Amino acid sequence: MLKNLKHEILETNVGILLVGTMIAISIGGLVEIVPLFLIKDTVESLPGVNVRPYTPLELRGRDIYVREGCYLCHSQMIRPFRDEQLRYGHYSLAAESKYDHPFQWGSKRTGPDLARVGGKYSNEWHVQHLIAPRSVVPESVMPNFPWLMTTPLDYSDVEDRMRALRTTGVPYSASTEEYEKNVKTFGVATAKMLDISHAQQNLIAQAEAGNYDGDRSSISEMDALVAYLQVLGTMVDFSKVKPEDLVKYR
Amino acid sequence: MSGSNAASVADQYDYEIIKKFSVMAIVWAVVGMFVGVYIASELTWPFLNFDIPYITFGRFRPVHTSSVIFGFGGSALFATSYYVVQRTCQARLWGGGLIPFTFWGWQAVILLADISYMLGYSQGREYAEMEWPIDLLIEVIWVSYLAIFLGTIMKRKQPHIYVANWFYLAFILATALLHTFNNLAVPVGLFTLKSYSLFAGAQDAMVQWWYGHNAVGFFLTAAFLGMMYYFVPKHAGRPVYSYRLSIVHFWALSFMYMWVGTHHLHWTALPDWASTLGATFSIMLLLPSWGGMINGIMTLSGAWDRLRTDYVMRFMIVALSFYGMSTFEGPLMALKDVNALSHYTDWTVGHVHSGALGWVAMISFGSLYHMIPRLWNTKLFSEKLVGVHFWLATIGVLLYITAMWISGISQGLMWRAFDEYGNLQYSFVESVAAMHPFYMMRAIGGMFFLTGMCTMAFNIFMTIRQGVREANVAGQPVAAAA
Repeated sequence: MLKNLKHEILETNVGILLVGTMIAISIGGLVEIVPLFLIKDTVESLPGVNVRPYTPLELRGRDIYVREGCYLCHSQMIRPFRDEQLRYGHYSLAAESKYDHPFQWGSKRTGPDLARVGGKYSNEWHVQHLIAPRSVVPESVMPNFPWLMTTPLDYSDVEDRMRALRTTGVPYSASTEEYEKNVKTFGVATAKMLDISHAQQNLIAQAEAGNYDGDRSSISEMDALVAYLQVLGTMVDFSKVKPEDLVKYR
Repeated sequence: MSGSNAASVADQYDYEIIKKFSVMAIVWAVVGMFVGVYIASELTWPFLNFDIPYITFGRFRPVHTSSVIFGFGGSALFATSYYVVQRTCQARLWGGGLIPFTFWGWQAVILLADISYMLGYSQGREYAEMEWPIDLLIEVIWVSYLAIFLGTIMKRKQPHIYVANWFYLAFILATALLHTFNNLAVPVGLFTLKSYSLFAGAQDAMVQWWYGHNAVGFFLTAAFLGMMYYFVPKHAGRPVYSYRLSIVHFWALSFMYMWVGTHHLHWTALPDWASTLGATFSIMLLLPSWGGMINGIMTLSGAWDRLRTDYVMRFMIVALSFYGMSTFEGPLMALKDVNALSHYTDWTVGHVHSGALGWVAMISFGSLYHMIPRLWNTKLFSEKLVGVHFWLATIGVLLYITAMWISGISQGLMWRAFDEYGNLQYSFVESVAAMHPFYMMRAIGGMFFLTGMCTMAFNIFMTIRQGVREANVAGQPVAAAA
């Protein structure tokens, strides 16, 4: 009886009902989300785990990956199971996606996981596979992406993109101070790549040196996407990471 | 019914806005389900991508999800919530110009979202692919919606706020909260659609699935429970089975749902404590979910014979059965050991559709069939066609989820199978090839469901036409507005 009386207050006063509901729906999120920003062990920080932000070319490749909705069929998150270890490699670390805005872990494997696809296939294979997947994997159900090869890469706003990411906390450098800091963290070669003021030069240089799409006459969207795919999962040197150290972070 | 009666009801309540949203719910359902069937066919016969960027699977899939969830589901919720809040409060909708703004704004959101996905603009977050300007528009519409809803409740002539309104209110509040935090992003520039999410990696995954699962929990469940708590008792002509159960159902559901998103991240790089909490709350959630299902189904006690003759009632009760089925399957899949098998497979897709087609769509069909003839002050054009729709929809869902159970569990088992030497038994692409017949079966299931939907669209079109004609004959001014 007492209980009913109490609930009657809620259902006759919309203000109290509103506040009560807000409290009920807020607690779960607060308890699960806030600590992830405060607990240091959420993201691994160990020798050998040298994850760096994407180069301008890789970044543009990643944008294309998001644009085409690749994450709807490909995960980028290897789970700590024996079959996944054999099929894809070492399980994914949180550190490996710490510069991923947004994360692309995915939820569905209509195609295989791509977290460590970098270096597994040649550039030529990727180009052929993206243009016509069934010409290399007959049973594949992946769409053809021929336009990647014919569309020139638009890199006119790559600095703006890097600046936006810098705002979210990715260490692209916009000043000498930030550059010096990057030299200390990532070494000179990488720090140069992360310098926003040289983004377009760096992008062109990487595309020309890498010649990812096999066509030197222009920089295509294919160049960028393959550059991105080839770096996936390659940043951590697992020969330098002790498994017992990693376990602490789980 | 007499013309004068219709006129007085139309004066008392704002039905125009409800009519608009009802029609658009049906339009978006047809569009969204058509795209769904199309992308299911693309997975079965990849040539259907036709090398056209705008309709490739990756860009078309968000068109499907946004059109059905926000277009069909959203419009059905706006329509029914505006109907229910007016009827149960015995008050005309408050809000003046805000009311049509929610309609035109919401339709613009879905249209802009669909076009932008096809052009390649996506935030890359499932069910929240809309880019930042669209997100801001949603924010403004949603605040207006909350204001209209609260304003109408405050005008109520009854001291009590009916239970359906609690659920609608929780849905509006939770959606505002989730939408705001999940879409925090930094735009690349003021004149570009592109943005990057504020959070990265594990934290971003946490926020996204806190949103993602509660899009299911509040948008697709709490809100449709609001629908259920009004239309099931109303259509059955009986009171809700248990008042106490509805209180428990409401508070337990509101509190617990927000914890369970992390079950989408089992065995990932998200810390274990977070995913364990998600699993725990998922299992506990079974109790209020089933409490609610029982409350809905038992409302029919004493009127069970209605199921034999009344297809609208059947839609509602089958919807509740699917609600019970998928809220049992959900906690099961949230167990870490089951999830190790089911995650990344078609089982998840099947689970979503048993909820979305079986529960959300069917309770909406039932409610719209109940509400639309009353809005236009007429009778359904054809009860028989409702029966046809019911069977097409039921067969469609069953084909769909059976196909996905088989393919999902097969994928999970094939991926983890070892041969006698301890090597992986199957290459990945062998699992892809093995899914072909089930992808075909899924597409056929979808075609059944879509055909049923088209039957409904025809039936409703004829019903409305009949209502308008009758009103014309009676010479009522309502007709001009309709």
